[in-house]
Amino acid sequence: MKSLLATLAVTTALTLPGLAMARPVTLTTTLNNYGGDGAYLALYVTDASGAYVGSLWMAGGKSKYYEHLSDWYRATGGDTAQVNGITGASVGAGRTLEITLDLADALFDAGYTLHIDAAVEDMRDSPNEVSAPLTTDGAGTPVNGRRYVASFTYDM
Amino acid sequence: MIRAFHRWPGLLALALVTILALSGAALSVFPAAERIAAPQAEAGLTVGALAERIRAIYPGVEQIRRSPSGRITAYWFDQGAPGAAVIEPATGRGVASADPNQAERWLTNLHRSLFLGDGGRIAMAAGAAAMLVLALSGAALVARRAGGWRHWFAPLRGPLAGRLHVEIARIAVFGLVLSASTALWMTASTFDLLPDGSVTPAAPAEVSGKTGAALNEIAALRQTPVAALRELSFPYPGDVTDVFTLKTAQGTGYLDQGTGALLSWADLTGWERISETIYMLHTGQGAAALGLLLGLVALGVPAMSMTGTLIWFAGRRGRPRIRGNQPAGRAETILLVGSEGGSTWGFAATLHAALTEAGQSVHVSPMSAFAPHRYTRAGQIIVLAATYGDGAAPASAKGFLARLGATDYAPDAPLAVLGFGDRSFPAYCGFAKAVADAAEAKGWPQLLPLDTIDRQSPQDFARWGRALGEVLGIDLELTHQPVLPRTETLTLVSRRDYGAEVQAPTAILRFALPRTTLWRRLAGTGFARFDAGDLIGILPEGSPVPRFYSLASARRDGFIEIVVKKHPGGLCSGQLTALEPGDAVTAFRRRNPGFRPGRGRAPLILIGAGTGIGPLAGFVRANARHRPIHLFFGMRHPDSDYLYGEEMPDWQEEGRLARLVTAVSRGARPHYVQDALRGDTAALARLIRDGARVMVCGGRDMAAGVTDALAEILAPTGLTPALLKAEGRYVEDVY
Repeated sequence: MKSLLATLAVTTALTLPGLAMARPVTLTTTLNNYGGDGAYLALYVTDASGAYVGSLWMAGGKSKYYEHLSDWYRATGGDTAQVNGITGASVGAGRTLEITLDLADALFDAGYTLHIDAAVEDMRDSPNEVSAPLTTDGAGTPVNGRRYVASFTYDM
Repeated sequence: MIRAFHRWPGLLALALVTILALSGAALSVFPAAERIAAPQAEAGLTVGALAERIRAIYPGVEQIRRSPSGRITAYWFDQGAPGAAVIEPATGRGVASADPNQAERWLTNLHRSLFLGDGGRIAMAAGAAAMLVLALSGAALVARRAGGWRHWFAPLRGPLAGRLHVEIARIAVFGLVLSASTALWMTASTFDLLPDGSVTPAAPAEVSGKTGAALNEIAALRQTPVAALRELSFPYPGDVTDVFTLKTAQGTGYLDQGTGALLSWADLTGWERISETIYMLHTGQGAAALGLLLGLVALGVPAMSMTGTLIWFAGRRGRPRIRGNQPAGRAETILLVGSEGGSTWGFAATLHAALTEAGQSVHVSPMSAFAPHRYTRAGQIIVLAATYGDGAAPASAKGFLARLGATDYAPDAPLAVLGFGDRSFPAYCGFAKAVADAAEAKGWPQLLPLDTIDRQSPQDFARWGRALGEVLGIDLELTHQPVLPRTETLTLVSRRDYGAEVQAPTAILRFALPRTTLWRRLAGTGFARFDAGDLIGILPEGSPVPRFYSLASARRDGFIEIVVKKHPGGLCSGQLTALEPGDAVTAFRRRNPGFRPGRGRAPLILIGAGTGIGPLAGFVRANARHRPIHLFFGMRHPDSDYLYGEEMPDWQEEGRLARLVTAVSRGARPHYVQDALRGDTAALARLIRDGARVMVCGGRDMAAGVTDALAEILAPTGLTPALLKAEGRYVEDVY
């Protein structure tokens, strides 16, 4: 069983002004066997207009490679302050990244979308690898990625 | 000091450096293979035209990349499924898989991080740093050994492991310094320690809002040749705010997808350019030939690891522990040791033990610790000094001459200097001579005149020990036994006797080749491989100290032959000359690479007297290629000690021996071999001027006489025996 269980409890992510209620959400990202080195993944949220709201997780420690997560990089200008304290190791092919964090209730059913950008050394950059609208109904339903992510699920 | 900087990183990082080198050598093949396999773009092809070709076949193209080898890869989505291929630029069609090579990926991860992530990267960087330290300290050692940077490629002498080590190093060091220093730069870059991060252009303030510019119409794409392309990313289909991103060798820019206008641009920074160049130099990507060269050079590292370990081990094994060393202030005898590899320490230990047993209190220290004011009770000071390279001080004698020069007056205790060296070096015992000269200049009283030990000869050492014992008034028997190689048993098959009538009983002894194992044959150890001129060490019964004789045959002759003269009272020569066929002796072989005729067609002038004929006869016998050999042979009387007299006419007839000149010392007119040389002045001068090689074998007095005669003969030509020795064209095997 090739599965990396990086179970993490992060409490600070995405506290929007005036929204006090939050609940623990588990994000599970399973990669397929794409036959390359560990993947860098950026998990972040955009609003209904497509504007960047904030980052949830950065898998991959070296900021010099963040430019290959091109949508995230363009939205943030490569600002590493956006992922301060929510950075972990890159994720190997075939492995699973599991993160638990508190997400504000107001992010659900309000047009917000969770995105994953992915990049692998010497392979294609895959911005917007996963794009999952945040809805209460969508919880628990796997979403397929484009190139590296076999499935992505958020559970409440 | 430099040696310590070389030894310890070498031993500590042995495994790491070997893994780095082997994986690096294997990796060096990939850029070259990619360069050969990659379909190249035709000259003048622009990025616009190429992108148009690719998009015609793969409408969902997202990105086009060009690697430094010229390989073009396209990435696309076709109905939601990702696709990628190596592109044939002439057609825009995919021709090969774009997946990374798994072997290359595996090797890369081994090479840079041992599969251990950042910790592994730091370990490998430490390996690269060790390699750099090794290369630089090694270069300093090579220069010191050769006698200066100008003599970098000077011919080498000495034991095989040491020669191999330096032979490889002085070629490989340039590549290793490049590989190691670029590796450190790349590690620093990976860990964000260098300001070489890429600069992205400012995000475009506004875009035209239109889409669909024809790729060929976009000025920036039409003007950029494919050779300058790094990467072209296409805008998302359906996103009017998105742009083309173009990366070239000059920089990065955003292009409007409707008008094709250049919206913003950022040049590569100077740091980025440096890092890119360093990446190319290290990986060979974009410089495949250099990469292959560096890979080849890296293969020298495992060989140097092995030979280096052997050198260290030999030095360690040869250096014994000295028991009961007295403090300098209380010792009657001060023993100062100048040793490079450690073998001189062995002699010092033997001397220390013998003097201590004779009731002396003895202090042993390296020459570099010379401190005359502390030798308050010393009755005598003895210096045992090896020589490094071209007459330089060996490692443990650094600074001795400077300290001696700085003292106000010489010590009162008289001095004896014993030099250790190898006569095949032109600067034989050069450092010991320099020490003796400096002491004389200081007015330091002399205990014994300068003496020398050739190639760790135990006999020389014992002889000197008796002389020392005499002046000290003690009975001193020095039995020094260097670590012996594995011995074999040799059986005598035949003997021929000469010289009894002229009081020089001499025998040519022929032994059968011992049985040898496959491993010995492969490794070339023992009697599995030997040539005439090599030495055979014979252990006589009743003494642990071997006696050395020159071999008169080569392995391919099928027998082991030596020429032995019976010395009155000689233990070993007595036993050897008493052997009858069927009897056996215990022996081992020692290489003597300094005394070889060498390859080439240049004439050989062989000069020998008495038993010195042995190796010379071996050279003549092996001369199947009819190289012109001129043999000068001195004997007492042709009817008695004309060694190999039966073979000489055959060898001349077969063309193995061009000319034979004999000198006979017993008779009405004594005639020595040096007289024979003088009688042939014109021919000899011409031969030597034209490149002939001189080889002398025999007793010390004869060799000195030959040197004098040759100096006279060569005087009109401007050449001297010393000059020829320095060129390696005049070699001696003297006993």
